[in-house]
Amino acid sequence: MLDDHNAKSMSIIVTKGTLDWAYPPFILATTAAAMGLEVTMFFTFYGLHLLKKDLDLKVSTLGNPGMEMPMGGMHMAMPNIMAALPGASALTTTMMKNLIKKKGVASIEELRDLAVEADVRLIACQMTMDLFEIKREDMIEGLDIGGAASWVEVATKSDINLYI
Amino acid sequence: MADLILDAKGLNCPLPILRAKKALNSLPSGATLEVQATDPGAVMDFEAFCRTTGNELLESRMDGSTYVFLIRHTG
Repeated sequence: MLDDHNAKSMSIIVTKGTLDWAYPPFILATTAAAMGLEVTMFFTFYGLHLLKKDLDLKVSTLGNPGMEMPMGGMHMAMPNIMAALPGASALTTTMMKNLIKKKGVASIEELRDLAVEADVRLIACQMTMDLFEIKREDMIEGLDIGGAASWVEVATKSDINLYI
Repeated sequence: MADLILDAKGLNCPLPILRAKKALNSLPSGATLEVQATDPGAVMDFEAFCRTTGNELLESRMDGSTYVFLIRHTG
């Protein structure tokens, strides 16, 4: 079938583990897989948290003045001095999760399930597992575990290589 | 009349495409899928999806506030 043999491929290095930054890699991976590409995701540093069985992703406006959320017909940004206060991140996370639900945007859990279902190859970085003491049993099934060379091998054969 | 109708209304990127792909997989070659969506980004995305996958976009139109795409599963 044509749509399953596009013969193109894409790799993504996933380095960030916050709720907002979890979206681009999973959206692109699932979409590319749906468009017939072979997709590999390499999870390293904070990105490795996205492979945990129980996701508890958060978002912070601290150091991110570009982040504004719609509120009552306007857009609200939070000054850094307030974003640094205890509870600010939890509040922002709750607001964003509510928006995600309201706007029909998929959850990260859902996109990750769809990636697995679409045979996206997931590689967990062994060095990061050692560094942050993340156990294999705390992560989802079906992962490959490897290092930089594993990604380089994939990348040399891929049409698209992204670093997120 | 399409062989299968997919209601993707209220869903945002990339869910309409992902659901459409799954629906196309369930159809034999030559069968048609109608996707109903409310995401305005879906207009360009279904064109790109069909060009890349080789499925045929027979129709892309608006029905009230709903975008309707008719796709033939070709392969």
